[in-house]
Amino acid sequence: MKRRDFIGSLAALAATPHVGTTDPLIWSFTKGMPVLPGRVKLELPALAENGYSVAMTVTVDSPMTPSEHVRAVHLIAEKNPVRDMAVFYLGAHCPRAEVSSRLRLNGSQQVVAIAELSDGSFWSGAAFVEVREAACTDGG
Amino acid sequence: MALARIDLPQQARRGELVEVRIVIQHPMETGFRRAPQGERVPRNAIHSLVCRYSGTEVFRATLSTGIAANPFLRFFLRATQSGDLVFWWLDDDEVQGSAKARLSVT
Repeated sequence: MKRRDFIGSLAALAATPHVGTTDPLIWSFTKGMPVLPGRVKLELPALAENGYSVAMTVTVDSPMTPSEHVRAVHLIAEKNPVRDMAVFYLGAHCPRAEVSSRLRLNGSQQVVAIAELSDGSFWSGAAFVEVREAACTDGG
Repeated sequence: MALARIDLPQQARRGELVEVRIVIQHPMETGFRRAPQGERVPRNAIHSLVCRYSGTEVFRATLSTGIAANPFLRFFLRATQSGDLVFWWLDDDEVQGSAKARLSVT
């Protein structure tokens, strides 16, 4: 391998910061497929007063046609005791790949959304939330 | 005991995009909380939810304790024909719940 190629491959690695594909939780549905950053927009407030109920919207850039659509969206928390927060199963019958919910967050952390597309590729989007008062830990 | 409120337009034109919102009354107990006497409150969260529109599945979700108490969900569907939107869910105590709303398509 040439030095230029090697440096190029390092840049490609640096472009995938959201999740590690060797993480057992990620591996359980990607089966080792690469998770590329992009196409997924995760909207969360930058600052949450408490972690009991944080509004979340995830949107995937997809035409939602029978040939090209989103199969599922996985929502993963970095620091919650239960890291797999939710999986939303969509399909070609869904006209828009957009789902909202409210999350419970155990402290400031990055939340990652991973979309599984009909062609078998995985895309991710992330958002960092600063949580002033965590849920879960102290009696809540 | 499970109560839910579904919010969707009463009428829609055929082919129109319909926004569906649901709030289910449920504690989504994490299993980490302690009662005043000090004993652990066992985990009880809705783990599966399905939405059928005129008998066809249009949305499915697997939830966990990472979803806030009284779970709220919002998604979209395409209005094709007048029919019932039926939600069904199951929690860790094996308690089922369901809610229904009518969508008239003109």
